[in-house]
Amino acid sequence: MQIGNIHSLESFGTVDGPGIRYVIFAQGCPLRCLYCHNPDTWKVGNAPIQMTAEALLQEVSKYKTYIQKRGGVTFSGGEPLLQARFVGDFFRLCRQENIHTALDTSGCLFNDDVKQMLEYTDLVLLDIKTINATLHQKLTGISQDKPLAFLNYLQEINKPTWIRHVVVPTFTFNEKDLTDLAHFLKPYTMIERIELLPYHTYGAFKYEEMGKKYPLEGVEDLNSEQLKKAEEIFKNEGFVVS
Amino acid sequence: MTKFNATEAWNGFKGDVWRREVNVRDFIQNNYTPYSGDESFLAPSTERTKKIWDKLTEMFKVELEKGVYDAETKMPQAIDAYGAGYIDKDLEVIVGLQTDAPLKRGIFPRGGLRMVENALHSYGYELDPVTIEIFTKYRKTHNEGVFSAYTDEMLECRKSGVVTGLPDAYGRGRIIGDYRRVALYGTDSLIKDKIQQLKRLDIQEITETIIQQREEVSEQISALKKFVTMCQSYGFDVSKPARYAREAVQFVYFAYLASVKDQDGAAMSLGRTATFLDIYIEKDIREGKLTEQEAQELIDQFIIKQRIIRFLRTPEYNDLFSGDPVWVTEALGGQGVDGRTLVTRSSFRYLHTLYNLGPAPEPNLTVLWSVHSPENWKRFCAKVSINTSSIQYENDDLMRPEYGDDYGIACCVSPLKIGKQMQLFGARANLAKCLLYAINGGRDEITGAQVAPAFAPVTTEYLDYNDVMAKFDQLMRWLAKVYVNTLKIIHYMHDKYAYEAYQLSLHDLEVERIRATGIAGLSIVTDSLAAIRDAKVKVIHDDRGLAVDFKIEGDYVPFGNNDDNTDNIAVEITERFMEYLRQHQTYRNAKPTQSILTITSNVVYGKKTGSTPDGRKAGMPFAPGANPMNGRDRKGAIAALASVAKLPFHHSQDGISYTFGITPSALGKDMENRIENLVDIMDGYFTPSGGQHLNINVFDKELLVDAMEHPEKYPQLTIRVSGYAVNFVRLTKEQQLDVISRTINHKL
Repeated sequence: MQIGNIHSLESFGTVDGPGIRYVIFAQGCPLRCLYCHNPDTWKVGNAPIQMTAEALLQEVSKYKTYIQKRGGVTFSGGEPLLQARFVGDFFRLCRQENIHTALDTSGCLFNDDVKQMLEYTDLVLLDIKTINATLHQKLTGISQDKPLAFLNYLQEINKPTWIRHVVVPTFTFNEKDLTDLAHFLKPYTMIERIELLPYHTYGAFKYEEMGKKYPLEGVEDLNSEQLKKAEEIFKNEGFVVS
Repeated sequence: MTKFNATEAWNGFKGDVWRREVNVRDFIQNNYTPYSGDESFLAPSTERTKKIWDKLTEMFKVELEKGVYDAETKMPQAIDAYGAGYIDKDLEVIVGLQTDAPLKRGIFPRGGLRMVENALHSYGYELDPVTIEIFTKYRKTHNEGVFSAYTDEMLECRKSGVVTGLPDAYGRGRIIGDYRRVALYGTDSLIKDKIQQLKRLDIQEITETIIQQREEVSEQISALKKFVTMCQSYGFDVSKPARYAREAVQFVYFAYLASVKDQDGAAMSLGRTATFLDIYIEKDIREGKLTEQEAQELIDQFIIKQRIIRFLRTPEYNDLFSGDPVWVTEALGGQGVDGRTLVTRSSFRYLHTLYNLGPAPEPNLTVLWSVHSPENWKRFCAKVSINTSSIQYENDDLMRPEYGDDYGIACCVSPLKIGKQMQLFGARANLAKCLLYAINGGRDEITGAQVAPAFAPVTTEYLDYNDVMAKFDQLMRWLAKVYVNTLKIIHYMHDKYAYEAYQLSLHDLEVERIRATGIAGLSIVTDSLAAIRDAKVKVIHDDRGLAVDFKIEGDYVPFGNNDDNTDNIAVEITERFMEYLRQHQTYRNAKPTQSILTITSNVVYGKKTGSTPDGRKAGMPFAPGANPMNGRDRKGAIAALASVAKLPFHHSQDGISYTFGITPSALGKDMENRIENLVDIMDGYFTPSGGQHLNINVFDKELLVDAMEHPEKYPQLTIRVSGYAVNFVRLTKEQQLDVISRTINHKL
């Protein structure tokens, strides 16, 4: 039986998908995004919480009255794709219980387990880090090939998708990259909305706690004016932006 | 059975039973118009209303500065003590004040003279010598009565704070007259009904019970007559039923007003009036006699009057129940037992006053939440909560099966069938302190006094679960005994020296009494016991041999993480203490209940309680009501709600209070999301099996911090605390910090 490696559980998520979300943060991530606010979820293995899909469903079921109408569960991380088989098992059980499932991912892995898992996924929150290939490598430590293959597959199976994009001053907050991204995404008809996430420094303390240097030291939070400007770029391409 | 004379005022109304007997519910069920639309029909305040509110707003500033605006120093309160009083006669469409001037506080020496003297003195007033003489030489007070009968043990418990907040120096309150009866029937019919009750009490065997009842009903009749005089002074004849909406609102208000002229009860609820009054308002609108704005004007002005109800309290009382609360609690919405919603347009009009007049703590607007209520109503409630943080919610689907569809809320969270049940208020026992007594062999952890009977204290280095549990069990049993006996004395004396004849005149003859005890510190006790069981708790004794501190080694799951292993301790303690309370006889065959509620006194309880085995340090605040202890949640807000929803209503029917504070951004991305999420939180929490009460606060922490530093900028900033709402700026600094620290603010 698959055992899930889970970093933590949050019973009241309001930003990772529609409605109230029960959020499961997977332990382990192959990316090293410079602005990551959850560096404590990077390390693979040795998860604080280990449980079977059945046990996790049982835990989630305790919250059914809160999440059944508009909300559901969101598997976030860390990177849930590293545990695609487990997530797939869990989402399959959720579907039996009529619980809406969302996958919050970077799309950094693409294999049969991932395909199988997507069959039981109701909504994908795909975090596109940047469309600029050079910057992608620098920002995340990996190339953008896999995420783009993942994106194409979502189109192929017509999976409802929200594209998320973190707007970081001096990195991704630049008109050309944002416009390129908007143009690039335009033909993808399975995209329901674009969520622009303003960069913030709330995660900085975790680096300190872990004895790590904060990579974006000195980069300021994205302000609301900058965010509005970025939103305009996507709205102009006809996207629903939130 | 009374046969009332048919009256013209009743023309056009349907139904039959309510015409033959006093039965407001039957009238409502036959005549109200359920409303499932949205709030777009609502109207703004009229100019007159705005002028009145502006005038009062200026007076509130003076009141906030001085503590009281003005106070009476001689004449004791009574229904007919004063003639008419006005804010501005020409602008008021609903009239009537507690004394002869707005915000002037009356005195109620029947409850206790010293309380009146102290309260006046602390605000720079002195009680008139003649009044002092009357209430020392000629008239015994409730307070004197109680203290003449208290045992030594009771006095010790009161002093140490293991039992607190007892209504032994002021009115017990928590009685809700059916104020609607005056509008529907007029006093002639109500007095006729009471005279018939007296006849029913003329039987072969006169017993003490019958003597007491006969005297009480006679008192009720004379109170109703005084009430008629009071209304006459304002130029109104309440002897006959109300004929149109303005009269109906006015009569209901007069009926309520008389109760707060007659009693300074700890909580003076209004009841459940909106849907009743809606019948008159809709009729007038239908007949073209009233516009929507005029309807809103009636409600706005009715609500303004409720916002200026005042009682004179001592500073110590205010520490315990801060923010000058009156608990003019009005229950809104809910479902009928026939499945129709009881939401009407007037339910919306009541909530709309929070926009027209701005947020305010009174009246204590309480929405009876049902998952079956119209979606538009739920969304409007959520929106008002997000904008004003001024309303609270209670689970109608949980309470309706037992309380029917015409109950109100006494004080904060306690259901009462209107006109049929009354409460014998009993404040609460401090279970956290009781646990410390168990560890310390019955001695108080602060003073060292032997409060409970002496027995072997814990002497081991580490606490043993079975040992502590056995001792705690013994102590809970003892505490229940002292507590219940204390309440018997209080309520005996209250009936004797400060009987609420007027409020009881608006009840049925055979009123069902509810003895409402309460507990504080449940989450502390639960976490302490879980820590003792699942981790290791080391005891630190002082040189008096008292356990004064504890050190936890290892890990345990605290209450509030939806972990059955821990939460079951809370359930078991609740049930067990309730069972001990049930073991005792009650005064006048009252039905025993308890609440898990602290009001704002969670801060004061904390001050009076030493360090506890859960790691809470001496003097630190308790969690309010049934809340988990602050900062111990690991799984987020809904897990905490789910833990509290497990507490058994069947064993705490007087209410289980949960106070929820959240920043707007944590609640959702935008207003639409926030509304939806809040509706879903409540639909999730209020299930037929649990989740009884919820306070909702939606604030940015920065705003609260700014309000602490610049109170003058936030005169109307209202927040929900355990069971009621207060002006934030009227809380003590400690209470303000406590509220801020409990606001959920996760943005990650």
